[in-house]
Amino acid sequence: MTALRGLSFTAATGTVFGLLGPNGAGKTTAVKILSTLSAADSGSARVAGYEVATRPARVRRTIGYVSQKSGTDPMGTATENLLLAGRLHGMSRRDAAARARELLGGFGLADAADRLVQTYSGGMARKLDLALSLMHRPRVLFLDEPTTGLDPRARGEVWAEVARLTGAEQMTVLLTTHYLEEADHLADRLAIVDRGRVVASGTPDELKSGLRGDAVHVELARADDRAPSVVRTAPGLRDVTVRRATVRGRADDGARALPLVLAALEEAGIAVNSATLARPSLDDVYLRHTGRSLNADADADDAAPEAVEVAE
Amino acid sequence: MTTASPHPAGPGPSTLVAHSVLLAGRRLRALGRMPAFVVIGLVQPVIWLLLFGQLFRAVVDLPGFTHGDGGFLRFLTPGVVMMTALFASAWAGTTYLQDIERGVMDRMLTSPAHRGAMVIATMVGQAVQTLVQSLVVVAVAVAAGARFPGGVPGVGVTLLAAVLLALVFSALSDAVALLTRRQATLIAISQFTTLPLMFLSSAVMDLRLAPGWVGAVAGCNPVEWAVTAAREALGAGTDWGTVLGHLGLLAATALAMGLLSVRAFRSYRNRA
Repeated sequence: MTALRGLSFTAATGTVFGLLGPNGAGKTTAVKILSTLSAADSGSARVAGYEVATRPARVRRTIGYVSQKSGTDPMGTATENLLLAGRLHGMSRRDAAARARELLGGFGLADAADRLVQTYSGGMARKLDLALSLMHRPRVLFLDEPTTGLDPRARGEVWAEVARLTGAEQMTVLLTTHYLEEADHLADRLAIVDRGRVVASGTPDELKSGLRGDAVHVELARADDRAPSVVRTAPGLRDVTVRRATVRGRADDGARALPLVLAALEEAGIAVNSATLARPSLDDVYLRHTGRSLNADADADDAAPEAVEVAE
Repeated sequence: MTTASPHPAGPGPSTLVAHSVLLAGRRLRALGRMPAFVVIGLVQPVIWLLLFGQLFRAVVDLPGFTHGDGGFLRFLTPGVVMMTALFASAWAGTTYLQDIERGVMDRMLTSPAHRGAMVIATMVGQAVQTLVQSLVVVAVAVAAGARFPGGVPGVGVTLLAAVLLALVFSALSDAVALLTRRQATLIAISQFTTLPLMFLSSAVMDLRLAPGWVGAVAGCNPVEWAVTAAREALGAGTDWGTVLGHLGLLAATALAMGLLSVRAFRSYRNRA
């Protein structure tokens, strides 16, 4: 599968493959090409062995697709939505009805089966989206930012469903997300995407263990221009980055390095709000490969227009 | 556990028909759940029918006014039926915009849903809505005292003309919606086109009493074709040549607009 600026990855059958990156990294573009919504200018992409560009009809029968927006019809009931999806895939009325009941039960929507979807909460509509994409037992499922906009409880429920399904239905799942926890929680393998290319890939554990030592994270009381040079004087700390009032670094022995960092900051008269030590997270992996924090990018996206998303 | 039958029907004509039925069913269910929508669409035409029918009842006495036998209400009824069909269908593209906005369109496009069936379904929905509204307008006219010598065949031609007119403008509206993808643009275009089309026809006035250029323009106006066919069929001594000729023009235009709409649909997909 190749797209964008040499975005190249292969997802093995029956696994969850995560594309992790900030908005505008090209994740959605990749999914749109793979799901036949957009045509790629060059390169090749194959889904379940079918070339996307030349056999789109075959690909569409093979895949399920959950986009960032809900694909549910608000003026229909959940059952009607599911029956229509199944029958468009060529299922008989009976098979579609049985499958719809099975999915509604599995997603805990049985009681709401005959309610109009416009009365559904965001979390319920999202679960119905998942059910819709699964009606015809797709071999490949695309989940494009499946939990964006959901509250934490609904997000947890969707995660549980995805984990259950991939176990039970032997599907290959391509998941895009800018939530690190989501990638960590669901993906068997990950590719970290930045500006249209893959900057790192592997299992979440491989990626994390590629970073030696502990993550040191210090929140200053306020941003200070002297912080980078001061912190770098502390022995045992490396890979130091400072963004506004947040200082991050790595240390082979974090418990030993942290007091030295704090002492150096105090000596320079820079007040500290909090300090934490952690095992490496995917955010650290992301930071290491792109020089930016994914969380900070996500914050910045709220304010800045997504200029890089024109391709989408 | 059940199994999905692995698509015995390829994307052939049987799939087109089956998918058209499935997708039109979705439109009609939605329509049935919003009867207020159909009713609100009727308020304006019924007011016109009753208000204009009273206000301008004397125009049929003007020298040179043709088709005036049977009173102004009989003259006006086909005009108001076509106006209802025109105004409702000019908004038809909104259903596409809602599907695009919601994400339903993308889900359909990544499924095996037949593309032609997606277009046909919206047209069927519009046709059914037009049928219901046209019947109500005719019924109100009859209740208000209008009598139609053309009888049931005349009403049948009126309904057919209204449906064809609705197909012409709903396909155009769908194309505008898919090409611009903006509700504001669709509203602007609808408002700029529907009123002139309405008044550049004999919907409310005999064009023989209007300036010559209006008649010339009206000759190319699908609204005028529909009004002419319906009025001829509803009146006494129907000239079926006139009726069929105008229905044919409408059908040909509807087909052309349908093809335009399918092209717009393709272009939408390519830009998706």
